[in-house]
Amino acid sequence: MRRAVSALVRKDLRVELRTGEAVPSMLLFSVSTFVLFHFAIDRRSVEGDLAAGVLWVTLLFAAVLGITRLFVAEREQGGFDGFLLAPVDRTSLFVAKATVLFCFLVAVELAAVPAFAILLLGPSPWGAVPELILVLLLADAGIAVVGTLVGGLGIQTRARELIVPILALPLMIPLAIAAARATEPLLLEAGAEALPGRWLLVLGLYDLVFGLLAFAVFDFLLEE
Amino acid sequence: MAGTDDGPAVALRELGRAYGDRVALAGVSLELPRGSTLAVFGANGAGKTTLLRVLATLLRPHKGDASVLGHALPDEGWAVRGRIGLLAHDPLLYRDLTARENLEFHARLHDVAAARVPVLLDAVGMTRRADDPVRSLSRGMAQRIAICRALLHEPELLLLDEPLANLDPGAASRVEPLIGRSAGVARVLISHDVELGLAEADLVLGLRGGRPELLAPAADVGAGDLRELYR
Repeated sequence: MRRAVSALVRKDLRVELRTGEAVPSMLLFSVSTFVLFHFAIDRRSVEGDLAAGVLWVTLLFAAVLGITRLFVAEREQGGFDGFLLAPVDRTSLFVAKATVLFCFLVAVELAAVPAFAILLLGPSPWGAVPELILVLLLADAGIAVVGTLVGGLGIQTRARELIVPILALPLMIPLAIAAARATEPLLLEAGAEALPGRWLLVLGLYDLVFGLLAFAVFDFLLEE
Repeated sequence: MAGTDDGPAVALRELGRAYGDRVALAGVSLELPRGSTLAVFGANGAGKTTLLRVLATLLRPHKGDASVLGHALPDEGWAVRGRIGLLAHDPLLYRDLTARENLEFHARLHDVAAARVPVLLDAVGMTRRADDPVRSLSRGMAQRIAICRALLHEPELLLLDEPLANLDPGAASRVEPLIGRSAGVARVLISHDVELGLAEADLVLGLRGGRPELLAPAADVGAGDLRELYR
């Protein structure tokens, strides 16, 4: 499986580096949304629960853009048939696509989170950067797993562009709650507080449960 | 029960396949020995491509039995993937990757040494354009790269859908030793060129509306019989 996963990941990253179809649009969407929030909520800055909510809603919607692009080449350029004809474990497509989506999310956040801090965030986030990175990585893993599962489901359907947001967003509600609650104490005006372990645990469990579920069913999603 | 690697390259018994209510293939029974060529003829929508996709394990048969390289489909599809080379309508290549990158990607999926890539590129006369993105290649050039992709893993059964489409005469003669009769492997060949297909075939299947209208050794079939299928 490692051979197939590595071939698929390298192929996808190479295509993204060459075409820039997913990450730049996700980033542009994130920054535009921060600007929209800035005017819509009519505040010069946000902090605490509002800041966490704005950050995670924006990142989740940006992730949906990435999920809809995840299987485009497989669908439109025959890559899916090419993969199915190879003597490899079909779950390797899930592992590879989840890895690629995770990389896309990290790349977007490297620019979008600082942009959020500059455009909207009141308190300085620098005191809680390691904790914030931990929350982001745990949430990214969950988004990657659920996003790949839903994207895989969309391969075989005609209304793919509708199915991805309709299925992905409700499935990611627990993740959005846990990520926002875990982030909230890191973005307080009075200074960052300790990470709430309970919400980190929820994020970890979410990743584990959906990871195992996706690993078990992804093969069947690819069946015609 | 696991199949065997002996027996015919393809064995079909009353094979059927539908898309919803529309029957695409029905009642196809035949046996193709290893090393032989089955040429499939029929008008557009006759079921030729559906047959090829069933044999390639990309579509499940809905009726009857299908066995490829001694393994029953779809249950033992895993055993024949990687032993089939499919040259379909679409080249199954990523447009934003170069020809070489595409072939190296498929070589890794099939666990084939990357050293085979330049050998095949040379064989189809594409070495000079190997580092150009597929999107910049002409259809004939992309077809030559697709032929390389289908042959990378030295398949025992070639499934060829109009393999010479878009190829100029020079390119067609270049690929002949790779996918022609002299390749020495079993082939299922879809062609609209009656004379050419007949010359390549050992066994001929004519389809009309998804049903077999003609099944005979190539020696017993005339070009006129096949032209009837297109009327």
